[in-house]
Amino acid sequence: MSTIDQNAKNETQQAETAYSSTGPGMITVLFLLGFAASMIFGWIIFPELLYSKKHQPIDYNHRVHLDLVDNGCQSCHYFREDGSFSGIPGLDNCAACHEEAQGESEEEAKLVEQYVKKGIEVPWLVYSRQPDCVFFSHAAHVKKKQIECIVCHGPIGQSTHSRVYEENRITGVSRDIWGKNIAGIKKHSWDRMKMDDCAECHAEVSGKKDACFVCHK
Amino acid sequence: MMKIDRRAFLSLGIGAAAGAAITPVPWKLIDDSSIWTQNWPWTPVPPVGKVTHVHSVCTLCPGGCGITVRKSGNRAIKIEGRKDHPINNGGICMLGLSGLQLLYGPTRIQTPLKRVGKRGDNQFKPISWSEALSILQKNLQTLRDDKKTTALACILGNNSKAVNDLFGRFLQTFGSPNVFQMQTAEDISAEGLKLMQGENSSIAYDLDNADYILSFGAGLMDGWGSPGKMFQEHGKRKSSLKPSTVRFVQIDARLSNTAAKADSWLSVKPGTESALALGMAQYIIQENLYDHGFIKKYTNGFDSFKALVDKDYTPKKASEITGLDEEIIRFLAKDFTKAKRPIAIFGRGSQEIAGSVQEFMAIHALNALVANINEKGGAYPKPLTEISQWQKAALDDIAIKGLSEKQIDPDATDFSKRPHRLIKTIAQSKESPISTLLVAGANPLYQLSDQKTVQKALEKIPMIVSFSSFMDETAVQSDLILPDHLYLEKCAEVMTPPGIQKPIVSLLKPVIKPLFDTKNAGDVIISLAHKMGGSIAGAFPWSSYEACLAQRLGKYWKILQNKGFVVIDSFTPVRRFSTGSRKFEFAGKGQSFAFQLTKIEGETKRFPFLLIPCDSIRLTADGSPTPPFMMKSLEDTVLKGNDILVEINTATAKSLGINHNDTAKLSTPHASAKVRVNVHDGIMPDVIAIPRGLGHTAFDDYLAGKGINYMSLIGPVEDMVSGQDAAWGIRAKLSKA
Repeated sequence: MSTIDQNAKNETQQAETAYSSTGPGMITVLFLLGFAASMIFGWIIFPELLYSKKHQPIDYNHRVHLDLVDNGCQSCHYFREDGSFSGIPGLDNCAACHEEAQGESEEEAKLVEQYVKKGIEVPWLVYSRQPDCVFFSHAAHVKKKQIECIVCHGPIGQSTHSRVYEENRITGVSRDIWGKNIAGIKKHSWDRMKMDDCAECHAEVSGKKDACFVCHK
Repeated sequence: MMKIDRRAFLSLGIGAAAGAAITPVPWKLIDDSSIWTQNWPWTPVPPVGKVTHVHSVCTLCPGGCGITVRKSGNRAIKIEGRKDHPINNGGICMLGLSGLQLLYGPTRIQTPLKRVGKRGDNQFKPISWSEALSILQKNLQTLRDDKKTTALACILGNNSKAVNDLFGRFLQTFGSPNVFQMQTAEDISAEGLKLMQGENSSIAYDLDNADYILSFGAGLMDGWGSPGKMFQEHGKRKSSLKPSTVRFVQIDARLSNTAAKADSWLSVKPGTESALALGMAQYIIQENLYDHGFIKKYTNGFDSFKALVDKDYTPKKASEITGLDEEIIRFLAKDFTKAKRPIAIFGRGSQEIAGSVQEFMAIHALNALVANINEKGGAYPKPLTEISQWQKAALDDIAIKGLSEKQIDPDATDFSKRPHRLIKTIAQSKESPISTLLVAGANPLYQLSDQKTVQKALEKIPMIVSFSSFMDETAVQSDLILPDHLYLEKCAEVMTPPGIQKPIVSLLKPVIKPLFDTKNAGDVIISLAHKMGGSIAGAFPWSSYEACLAQRLGKYWKILQNKGFVVIDSFTPVRRFSTGSRKFEFAGKGQSFAFQLTKIEGETKRFPFLLIPCDSIRLTADGSPTPPFMMKSLEDTVLKGNDILVEINTATAKSLGINHNDTAKLSTPHASAKVRVNVHDGIMPDVIAIPRGLGHTAFDDYLAGKGINYMSLIGPVEDMVSGQDAAWGIRAKLSKA
């Protein structure tokens, strides 16, 4: 090794010391920083941003009504003569009992004054509404397969308050469809109702995957 | 010490990316984007609701077809023909089908409106019904106080007899004889039938039982009579496995839709259809092919008829007039008389162009020659169901005085079917004799001919009140608008439609609750009468229009409420003539048969061509809106972009140096316009055919600004007998533009 080379090496080393680039430790730190920031955003902030929170027009108490009727869920959510499902009851259903205030709750007063007396339909927000591309027949599932309401809709009949309706800001679909868990992990059958969840049960029943046109007409 | 260099940036970025990959973000966003692409706001999705079917009747034209409307919850979704309705038996036409576009369309007037800007600026202020009626009542009360009751006039349409009768009663008790109604071919055939058979009804043709249908320009597939019925019947005939025993011959100046679907199409020069009828008559008489017994026993005036046709309408002479070969005329005459139940039909196009009384009489004479009058499978007075007549209105002195004064149309006995006389009188007067004009069910600023004069006349009237449901041409120029319900929101009656051979009455019931703050015109006129008080209110003893209908339809009301229609199936025509002589009069009592083809305007040298209108089921031409669905169905040979196409023969095109689709200038004695040409051989040389129904300036983007209005190119020509506008065309000039 010549002195010239030794000098050159010294210079390089000095230069390296003077203008030190990000070391391997720093790289790891920054990597983990970025990683953590992403994780926090993805798992915590993103779900908050993605879903808007809306309240039902009236804070409806299912439990108290369920105790008063004879036929359970079917007293208000029934099949019509032509086989179509009535869905969320219209104003006529409520007005049958609530022409005048029956109790002392503020919410009931709201129903009577702002909706029944004025003949305006209550604009309920539907937790379980599927996107327009989906065809679903209640008759096939409830009448034919005798599936209980709770299997897909959860124990809503036992609720005393209407929970918040969370709506996806991009698609306009209720959070109940993807499921509260942003990773899509579900504990009960009613936690999630995406295509794969319907397909799971269909596959169990028929032993194979169903055709597309069964639900997408 | 940390440096923000490329490595740092990269490691941060890669960390973030690695993190993001195991968060739900990218996967959820992909899924959400795909669902987002499904949210197309223009895809119509009916609301979720109980599916119900409601029966009613369509009144978008006088055809009176029963309809069934499918609803989801409160929203009407689909209109279909009512399967058990005796007029249409489930059939329906394009207009009836697209009624929902009118119901939920953007040009509906939603509240009563008062003009705030200049007339025609379309600046209106919404007001309440009570304020609107107050304004009108005050205006009318002033006329009454000043003893100027004849300064009130009204122009009515043809789609509601009961409402028209209420308006008539209002003006009568108010003290004005100036009630005008838009004319149709029904009025002409009624006049003709009065002369020939002494009846007070228009003509009906039992086409269901005829075996030879000779149509003189009648647009049986272009909107004539009850289109729902006509299309259905035709369809059944053509699609039946057995070959039809009915022969359908169309006499038409051009290859109309009807001509195309007929068994035979014979082309005659426009306006000469009835000359052909007389030519046939001459040959039938000469060859003794007519029913001698009927003529001898049951008719008067045969000799003068024979004298006229022998002199001026031999097949040879008729051939010169019509352009149809005389051998064919003779053949046609023989063919017609050979049939067992031949009918000759009158009623040009969709019957909105009225025609002349003499045309009707010439054509109806053929029916007399074959004795197919007042017979099954023949022609007879249109039967109506009984209605309870109203009590004669008690008039106060002001009204009596007003009614005795000179009326604008001196020939009118009840309603005047000559609205052009109202326009002419006003246009020619220094100061308008009419100070308040009510317009209900009509659109005179589109519908009447000589549009320039109509505009001029209406400008002179200080107060125009429109009852239109839409912001149409007349409403835009009105001062006060009292919007009517649309037919799907109201209760109304439909009596026997044009040409129908059985007595039938149908009841409209509201299919949906009224969408806006509109009121049934019948209810408005009753409320107005009550507000006027005195003898006017006394003549309107009903609390509502529905109550009035209930009383009027008397014994049928209950069935109508339940079933929606009443038809007297057992009806058979009575073999009787109600003339003074109790016989069929060829020429009307004590007159000799005179005949003259209606002369049209225009000097031949300056205007070498004949311009005729053509009717189509794809266009409404009476001033009411053509829905977008129908506009989109118009062929490129009718409307190209915003340009109307007029039909000309290839020879005519060649002589003018114009090719298909070229622009041209069309001029008549009344106006000029830019058009395009549709060159084909379905029209004879030197004749121009123009579609009716385009050229709107009001309504929405689907309709306004497309093509030109035929009614601006032509003016009224009074019929010699009835005085109604009998213009079937006008002379025109066409040049390359």
